Amino acid sequence: MNKSYLQEDLLRMSGVNPRKCMQCGKCSATCPAYDEMEYHPHQFVSMVKNGDIEPLMKSQSLYRCLTCFACVERCPRSVEPAKLVEAVRLAVIRQQGANRMTANDIPALLDEDTPQQLLVSAFRKYTK
Amino acid sequence: MQRIGVFVCWCGSNIAGTVDVKAVAEALKAEPGVVFSTDYQYMCSQAGQDMIKESVREHKLTGIVICSCSPRMHEATFRKTAAAAGLNPYMVEIANIREQCSWVHKEMPIGTEKAIILGKAAVAKVNLNTPLTPGESPVTKRALVIGGGIAGIQTALDIADAGFPVDIVEKKPTIGGKMAQLDKTFPTLDCAACILTPKMVDVAQHEKIRIFSYSEVSEVKGFVGNFDVTIKKHARYVKEDVCTGCGACVEKCPMKKVPNEFNLGMDNRPAIYIPFAQAVPKVATIDPNACNMLKNGKCGLCARVCTAGAIDYKQQDEYIQEKYGAIVVATGFNPISMDKFDEFAYNQSKDVITSLEFERLTNAAGPTAGKLLRPSDGKHPHTIVFVQCVGSRCDSCAQKGKEYCSKICCMYTAKHAMLTRDKYPDTEVYVFYIDVRTPGKSFDEFYRRAVEEYDVHYIKGMVGKVTPQGDKLKVQASDLLSNKQLHIDADLVVLAAAIEPDKSARPLATMLTASMDTNDFFTEAHPKLRPVESPTAGVFLSGTCQGPKDIPETVSQAGAAASKVIGLLAKDKLKGNPCVAHSNEQMCNGCSSCERVCPYGAITYEDKEFRMPDRTTAIRRVAAVNPAVCQGCGACTVACPSGAMDLRGFMNEQIMAEVDAICK
Amino acid sequence: MNVSYFPGCTLKNKARDLDRYARQCAQVLGITLEEVENWQCCGGVFTTAKDEVATKLSSVRLLQAAKAKEQPLVTVCSACHNVVKQTNHAMQIDGEFAAKVNRYMADDGEYDGSTQVYHYLELLRDVVGYDTLKDKVTNPLKGKKIAAYYGCLLLRPSSVMSMDDPENPTIMEDMIRALGATPVVYANRNECCGGYVSVESPALAKKNSLAVVEDAKAAGADMIITACPLCRYNLVKNGADIPVVYFTELLAEALGLKEDANE
Repeated sequence: MNKSYLQEDLLRMSGVNPRKCMQCGKCSATCPAYDEMEYHPHQFVSMVKNGDIEPLMKSQSLYRCLTCFACVERCPRSVEPAKLVEAVRLAVIRQQGANRMTANDIPALLDEDTPQQLLVSAFRKYTK
Repeated sequence: MQRIGVFVCWCGSNIAGTVDVKAVAEALKAEPGVVFSTDYQYMCSQAGQDMIKESVREHKLTGIVICSCSPRMHEATFRKTAAAAGLNPYMVEIANIREQCSWVHKEMPIGTEKAIILGKAAVAKVNLNTPLTPGESPVTKRALVIGGGIAGIQTALDIADAGFPVDIVEKKPTIGGKMAQLDKTFPTLDCAACILTPKMVDVAQHEKIRIFSYSEVSEVKGFVGNFDVTIKKHARYVKEDVCTGCGACVEKCPMKKVPNEFNLGMDNRPAIYIPFAQAVPKVATIDPNACNMLKNGKCGLCARVCTAGAIDYKQQDEYIQEKYGAIVVATGFNPISMDKFDEFAYNQSKDVITSLEFERLTNAAGPTAGKLLRPSDGKHPHTIVFVQCVGSRCDSCAQKGKEYCSKICCMYTAKHAMLTRDKYPDTEVYVFYIDVRTPGKSFDEFYRRAVEEYDVHYIKGMVGKVTPQGDKLKVQASDLLSNKQLHIDADLVVLAAAIEPDKSARPLATMLTASMDTNDFFTEAHPKLRPVESPTAGVFLSGTCQGPKDIPETVSQAGAAASKVIGLLAKDKLKGNPCVAHSNEQMCNGCSSCERVCPYGAITYEDKEFRMPDRTTAIRRVAAVNPAVCQGCGACTVACPSGAMDLRGFMNEQIMAEVDAICK
Repeated sequence: MNVSYFPGCTLKNKARDLDRYARQCAQVLGITLEEVENWQCCGGVFTTAKDEVATKLSSVRLLQAAKAKEQPLVTVCSACHNVVKQTNHAMQIDGEFAAKVNRYMADDGEYDGSTQVYHYLELLRDVVGYDTLKDKVTNPLKGKKIAAYYGCLLLRPSSVMSMDDPENPTIMEDMIRALGATPVVYANRNECCGGYVSVESPALAKKNSLAVVEDAKAAGADMIITACPLCRYNLVKNGADIPVVYFTELLAEALGLKEDANE
């Protein structure tokens, strides 16, 4: 199979080698955001490996990964699926006009106790 | 001047594919001493060997260079060929143009050039070869088996049945090993004790077998046929030959709260104990870390109740020296620690157990008398989750687990699942697997029965997290085929922990100078053709010390190791390796450098009288090599500062000639 | 001992307690926290992509500032710690990344990954020592059953954080013990609260946060401690019915500093 430029780019920026995966599904078994994801961590690995990347880029799943590193930590094969999810997400939000949040959204998100950390993190994850 | 014949092998296309063999034969013709040079498709074949013999006669050859595969493969073959043609076998040199040349290069010109250089080096060496004659050494007709599990037991029985005496050294108080802890054995489900304990009794009663239990090998010296071994017998504070195994002491011992290792700590034993009813030897042992009498002199109850008078609080460790002709390693395995896998909550809940603990929970002699009850509250579990591959098949970069497949887990888990469903049909059983690997006779059929007849829920996917909550274990797992994350409230979680070689294996390998792989499994001399021998002569491998394997395989390997030992012990004399070190006494300055580096203890020093140039005599201290002990490693020759040490067959002069030929 | 200290954005605002108690306790324990001058926010999350450079520069500047003073860099907030330590690690192992970063470092000087990064907890365990800490406790928290909540960022990825066993940590439990209280161990202590995804999916944050609280309570806890402002926010906002406090506050209480702080 010819690797697309996008696929190569994703693998390079994430540093993930999806061929190491033995399809045990432990990443998805341990994922705390599983129920909110249309594509699950193990699917990110196999779909990027197969070059089936478009559906991932359109998916809500990109914005549900908590980057909690549970899949990274528990993967028996050191595949580190979260890094691949992050790479696909960046491939989307780096595009022109793909920011998911703007400063205008902030007032609606605030309550009395909202820590700065929340907004800063969300901005880093959802915007470029 | 030698008359050298060069024989270049094609090895089919193995060599000829990347090396122009005709060009090599042609180029080597011009080397000094070469009077004949040719190539042939398979030099090791009968026809090839006949051609070599014929050429020796025809061209009156005094030396032979074979350009072929590694000397590990066929050096012995071609030495025999040379001997048959009337040459001294040590006049043969192999130039390895396969493993070190054609297999590692892709391009013909490069491969050919390198093959010629390697051939030139071999020719240069043969020019300086001298005929060598191996010495002979006697064989001590007794074998040592280290480890008393099923592997060691079977090996010992087979050797002893052939008429040779065998000693078994077992570090636990009884032989039996892991198999003694198992309940049933796959795929036929016979009870482990029923088939193992008769063998243990056979061992105990065999007139040719001695058992050193509660003992360890503490030192090994010598070499094949002539090992000198020191065995450390730990003090068990009970006279083995007096104790009748009646158990009165065990019953009366007031210190009853010692975790029982035989039941993996799931119940307690007294400070004086007999591991299990069928133990061999059936003799009590006092645990010095638990016994009040030994710790502070307060108690002595066991001595008072022992009618045989077997208790001896003053017993000391004992060292036994014995000679052996062959040593069999059968040190076995252990499940790995689950400490690094606490996502499965092994350290948080008593109801998360390993498969070996599950064996004890279902064994009639176990802590629950064979009733499957939860360790936490003694209740019957209604939902059991089995997790496969815990710590097996891990990436080398992962900071935990092993890279290899532990091989036995798929089958024992199918057994556990099936037996549970058979005995307790009201229990739901889930098995989370990555792959089910059952390549053995009647193995896959066995696994299918678990699924089809016993309705065990096999789910492709891994468990990600176990959360103990209340009296449940919340299991979060992948069901990859339905693309779901499952949440199961389980009562018991059983982890198929990877297995690893026993911790005693590494220091033992050092003592034996036997090689190991990175996982501490002993390496075999050849993975296919010499699977039960260590590369160290006289050391043999039996059971899981060599790699994960189940009981049928272990028993086969144990028998194979025994037959190799018998083959060795049946000989009266062993031919040694003539390529041994020797020192030039005139040049030796007695510095001891060689003695310090010799791993075999083959070098000693002696005071010798020398005539000095001024006609006086002087006593000088010089090195002497015991050729029977020397293994020809050459460490001493490089350590010697004055160049007095040399290795026959690999003399400094020969090595330099090879280097010159390569650099020319 | 003098160390460079990076409080981070939240500790200057909504998590002032985390910062204030950290400073007061450090003083008592013989550690001087020197706040890095002109620090910038770490960004809250570490972007794992190797080609992300700009987002990591603020962390590199912090590390460089500590290096210039030849001091270790100490953080208290889990998120800051995670970002700074992961950035430092990338500077150590990824030459290509380090080279790119250093092109931006002309004003501050090149950075080579040599600064030692401590979480405040590591400082307590490895520099102060829990035995010493125990001796300094004036108000032992006897009888309190406290659940340490690690969340995701403090321990993972363990190959980089190398702070404690990622599945069976003891660093906070041992601290709780040193303060005279009883640690409560529960399985969800190293699971994620829902983090920043609470912005888009409050339901996910609620589910995860409550799972943590319920698990801690079921294990018998009457209080949860954390090092992360976002963890605390998610747990409290989603209805934690036992107190969720910063570990530094607990520390201050045991060291007898809390009354002064509550002036």
